[in-house]
Amino acid sequence: MDVILFLTFAIIAVVCAINVVVQTHPIASAVSLVGVMGSLAVLYLLLGAEFIAAAQVIVYAGAIMVLFVFVIMLLNAGAEVRHGRSLMAQVLGVPLLIALLGVVAYFVQRLYPRGTMVHFGGFTGGSAQAVGHALFTTYLLPFEVTSILVLIAIVGAIVLARKEMD
Amino acid sequence: MAEVPISWFLTLSAVLFALGVAGFVFRRNIITLFMSIELMLNAVNLSFVTFSYQLKQVSGHLFVFFVMVVAAAEAAVGLAIILTIFKNRATLNVDDVSSMKN
Repeated sequence: MDVILFLTFAIIAVVCAINVVVQTHPIASAVSLVGVMGSLAVLYLLLGAEFIAAAQVIVYAGAIMVLFVFVIMLLNAGAEVRHGRSLMAQVLGVPLLIALLGVVAYFVQRLYPRGTMVHFGGFTGGSAQAVGHALFTTYLLPFEVTSILVLIAIVGAIVLARKEMD
Repeated sequence: MAEVPISWFLTLSAVLFALGVAGFVFRRNIITLFMSIELMLNAVNLSFVTFSYQLKQVSGHLFVFFVMVVAAAEAAVGLAIILTIFKNRATLNVDDVSSMKN
């Protein structure tokens, strides 16, 4: 059951990720990216990360992708014009990518020959309570620094995107 | 076989990261480049959650939380920069915005 769940959503994620790279129109890429994030949220649930799965859907698929779609519509971005790219990139790009993936997969299998087996319910420490407790005890300083970072991002975005007043 | 080996999750993470790198290298639309970066961040998040499961610790989830916050901040500032570039140059192609090169 867990294997079927994993394979289904892993295949959806990979197909959507390929679609992100292949599509020429930014809107199509954005919608495919929402598909990747949604299927990753299901995999997070499988790994026992309830809070992260919810945050993935709300923050990534909700907030960030809506921002992307807003900007795409605001700029009226059309399909990408394909320029001639270098011959080496055309010939070597995809085979080198597959070779890299093969090497990485080989080493992952070597490192975890009989690694932990994942089954639903095997780790229950990812609830909002556990995450919140760790966030406000062990990781309190990074949390506060993050709030300053968000404040800086808000100010920076407003300064960059406002109309010139002078 | 009802259980999934942990290496499958790590391999999926590697596949998604490689696709993000490919998108970043091959694409020329600046918005698609940003989406490729988000794809890479998501792949790394999957690794964090997987290792968190393996070590039975909640720390990995916290890192994912911080990555999400940084990604949101980065998207807000980055898209504002894209708006400014489009206002000044009227293009979204990164090849046309290479004035620092010469």
